[in-house]
Amino acid sequence: MAGKTASEYIQHHLQNLTYGQLPVDYERFDGTVLSEKSWTIAQTSKEAADMGFWAIHVDTMAWAIGLGALFLFVFRLAAKRATSGVPGGLQNFVEVMVEFVDKSVKETFHGKNAVIAPLALTIFCWVFLMNLMDLIPVDFIPHLFTLAGFPFMKIVPTTDINVSLGMALSVFVLIIYYSIKIKGVSGFVGELTLHPFSSDNFFLKLVLIPINLLLEGVSLLAKPVSLALRLFGNLYAGELIFILIALLPFWAQWALSVPWAIFHILIITLQAFIFMMLTIVYLSMAHEDSH
Amino acid sequence: MNINLTILGQAIAFFIFVVFCMKMVWPPVIAALQERQKKIADGLAASDRAERDLELAQEKSAQELREAKQQAAGLIEQANKRAAQIVEASKDDARKEGEKLIEQAKAEIVQELNQAREALRAEIGVIAIAGAEKILETSVDASKHNEMLENWRQNFKRRGSLWQTENAGPSLRKGSIFCSPGARPAC
Repeated sequence: MAGKTASEYIQHHLQNLTYGQLPVDYERFDGTVLSEKSWTIAQTSKEAADMGFWAIHVDTMAWAIGLGALFLFVFRLAAKRATSGVPGGLQNFVEVMVEFVDKSVKETFHGKNAVIAPLALTIFCWVFLMNLMDLIPVDFIPHLFTLAGFPFMKIVPTTDINVSLGMALSVFVLIIYYSIKIKGVSGFVGELTLHPFSSDNFFLKLVLIPINLLLEGVSLLAKPVSLALRLFGNLYAGELIFILIALLPFWAQWALSVPWAIFHILIITLQAFIFMMLTIVYLSMAHEDSH
Repeated sequence: MNINLTILGQAIAFFIFVVFCMKMVWPPVIAALQERQKKIADGLAASDRAERDLELAQEKSAQELREAKQQAAGLIEQANKRAAQIVEASKDDARKEGEKLIEQAKAEIVQELNQAREALRAEIGVIAIAGAEKILETSVDASKHNEMLENWRQNFKRRGSLWQTENAGPSLRKGSIFCSPGARPAC
């Protein structure tokens, strides 16, 4: 935190490495004015914010994809060598994970769907690995990247709302897809409009439709939003607390960071599990045709 | 904390990862798990079966042993019975044989007696004639008395005696009552 105030330090740690498009006549951090639209790496938080939607968090994507690839590489390795005989260490670990996810899916989801279980496994392992980055001391890797010339580096992808929201929206798309696939368009629309208030009287029914639509629409939209914000909020808050602890003198940090890290082991596992379980529950509800 | 293209990038990466996991990771692991489960179940079932088989075999062997013992006991009993039977039968046979022999001996004795009687009768005639000859010597008219004796002899023959007409003299002398029973046919 050389030469920076505490708030600057925190801001710096919460800023993603952003690659995006800056508009014409934009005055950059060093006072230069752009003569045309240009794609570049944001050097300040303001630049990153001004890039708008047409920007991408390079650090988030790299870490997320790297961790996902690591997960798949390890699991694929075990899957290729999988035997029904005595399992080795890696296979044993992978089998424990697979069995755990499989059991969770079977307890909650009673339909027949080959996607749900691998989806749940991917969510759990990937989210867990992304959360796990939170346990790496906050300055280790970012400082290395700063030395290498990168203006920003945020290594915990799940503290980026884009990641949690991206996954939650993917799950939302699946919810809609399976709702329509299982119940048909009319069934899905009926579920949204004729429930929870229904009447045998036609006119009363018509009156009740907007009310039902409002209630059901909110509960439907709340699913991805709550899914995304729960994960993001927990991890963002956890990361923020680690950053705050890092502001303490170096000899006092361990007293707070160690307990918080130990507690965080529970948080990151639990959040990964919750994200997985809620996905299963939502998709299970999408498969239920009982309304 | 800006929402930007990252959201799409994340969604795309998510999709690819899920598809990869679904195609390449999940099926082999689950297959291995299920196969192992089946193997274990089979092994347990086999051990159960083996245990049951062992029990059955033990039961069977015990039963067979029991049967064999019973059979052996039966055989011994049968053999004993048979032995007793044989002894009884041989006793019976021996007794019968003895009785038969006795009967035979008795019959022979009777026959012997009859023969002796016959012989005695014949000899008595000769002795009587010889004695009478001796007493009477000359006073006897041989031809006259011969005729009388001939009549008497005819009389014997009619009564079915064993008297032999030819060689009467020597045969009578030879076939005396002192002739032994074994040499009887030659007498």
